[in-house]
Amino acid sequence: MQQTNVLEYLEKTVLRLPDKVAFANESEGLTFGEVFHDSRAIGTYLYKNGYYHEPVVVFMKKHPKTIAAFFGCVYGGDYYVPIDEEMPKFRIELIFDNLQPKVMICDESTAELAKEFAAKGDVKIVLYDEVTKTEIDEAVIADIRDKQLDTDPIYIVFTSGSTGIPKGVVACHRSVIDYIENLSEVLEFNEDTRFANQAPLYFDACLKELYPTLKFGATTYIVPKSLFMFPMKLVEFLNEHKINTVCWVVSALTMISSFKVFDKMIPEYLHTIAFGSEVFPIKQFHLWKNALPNAKFTNLYGPTETTGMCCYYKVNRDFALDEVMPIGRPFHNTEILLLNEQNQLAKDGEVGEICVRGTSLTLGYYHAFEKTNEVFVQNPLNDRYPELIYRTGDLGKRNERGELVFVSRKDYQIKHMGHRIELGEIEVNVNMLENISTSCCIYDKEKEKIILFYVGEMEVKDLVVLLKGKLPRYMIPNKVEKLEKMPLTANGKLDRVYLKKYYEEKTKEN
Amino acid sequence: MDELLEILQDLHPEVDYETCDTLIDDKILDSFDIVTIISEISENFDVVIPAEEIVPENFNSAQALYELIERLGDE
Repeated sequence: MQQTNVLEYLEKTVLRLPDKVAFANESEGLTFGEVFHDSRAIGTYLYKNGYYHEPVVVFMKKHPKTIAAFFGCVYGGDYYVPIDEEMPKFRIELIFDNLQPKVMICDESTAELAKEFAAKGDVKIVLYDEVTKTEIDEAVIADIRDKQLDTDPIYIVFTSGSTGIPKGVVACHRSVIDYIENLSEVLEFNEDTRFANQAPLYFDACLKELYPTLKFGATTYIVPKSLFMFPMKLVEFLNEHKINTVCWVVSALTMISSFKVFDKMIPEYLHTIAFGSEVFPIKQFHLWKNALPNAKFTNLYGPTETTGMCCYYKVNRDFALDEVMPIGRPFHNTEILLLNEQNQLAKDGEVGEICVRGTSLTLGYYHAFEKTNEVFVQNPLNDRYPELIYRTGDLGKRNERGELVFVSRKDYQIKHMGHRIELGEIEVNVNMLENISTSCCIYDKEKEKIILFYVGEMEVKDLVVLLKGKLPRYMIPNKVEKLEKMPLTANGKLDRVYLKKYYEEKTKEN
Repeated sequence: MDELLEILQDLHPEVDYETCDTLIDDKILDSFDIVTIISEISENFDVVIPAEEIVPENFNSAQALYELIERLGDE
């Protein structure tokens, strides 16, 4: 029978490899057998306590057990929503407002903090180590499975929203299976694959490790976050755990190459390197290629709204320093339409908006029909029957080889350290503060810095402290400057062009 | 030292770098900060910090970082 549930990956693998480690960190691991047990215990608990077809918040530190908790939610017929202690309180509150969750799975380290959020909405807090003691009810698990459809959701991850409110992207079994099957074929994962996970578990980026690990009976090691500050220690970790596959943000890879770690040591087992979401500077790419001439390098591209990634480019030629690596072609079973301003297909070489068609589309945004309908729209090329496409807001074109190339954004969304950020969300949060009259953010692409300008009665220092309570760390501006007056264009809009110029000249002087 | 403090202040204006010696242990600095600090030091002090010196001990306080710069400058 055709696969309709992501858990079938786990169920097939646990028969073969019950004692193999599936997910591990630097000191502990869970075998497939343990993951299978814990997740079914959680599923039994959730269903028997009336939590069915519900969002279940998983608020735990980054740990193999957190991953098992995700699968537990799916076993219960629910969908998991990862929340992390790195997220500021204010943001978690916004997410809770959107979700209205009834239950939350925590660990010892987060339970105290969780109470603060739970109190407002009468949310039940359960501890992983307690609920995994639940006796597994096979009949209940089978019944949930029997009723489940592949269009039912399995997770929600939150992404930056320009109005200041994060948007919850809902994905279902079918789009995740489609993604995992096609990604696995492109990157050639197998049972011997040893992943080092870098991506936070609260983003869809971690799908690349989580589900192929289940599918193939591979192993994922969670890399301690602090190692991404210390490149030699990072490579030592890769070698110690014989890591052969990484799917990382570009900045994590360039951290190693730019500090000349390769002069001292190389990740000797690494043969598959996938990266994405950002442009890989060619100079840094050359350093990697020289250090690991036999490794396979793949550039990935895709928005959260189309489940992980939707395009890939297997690097198969050299690039000049001023060239941009293409995003290549869509995965099998996905089509990319480049639509110009007239909503027609862009001609060869013409720039158009990258629009995605296919099973990989997620279900849309949670509790936000209006927002969903703005970007999940009827395919303008099809006037015969209903068919949705997702408008990414990214502009792209085809090069002379027919490969897709990312050009820029239509709006003020940026990619910073692998994170997708709406500059508007930062501004909204600054403007909400008392004594601030107005603000404007720009992005210095070359130096990868977010620069905030503001007008108001507040010192820079105090503003930064307040912002840290509202926004995730990666959204905190890297440079903040107070202005007497905000420059405006002739029709009264914030003059970003002027501010950019002002900033460029100022940094040149130094 | 003042020049170094200025670089650090830019990253986290609210931190008292004169006294703080747990910049890494207390997760005040992240990987982006480390990259920025190293590139600013290379620009402003003409000192290249080699990979083996990018370790927690050298980044936990402004003082430790300053001593590293002086040491590398002398070599």
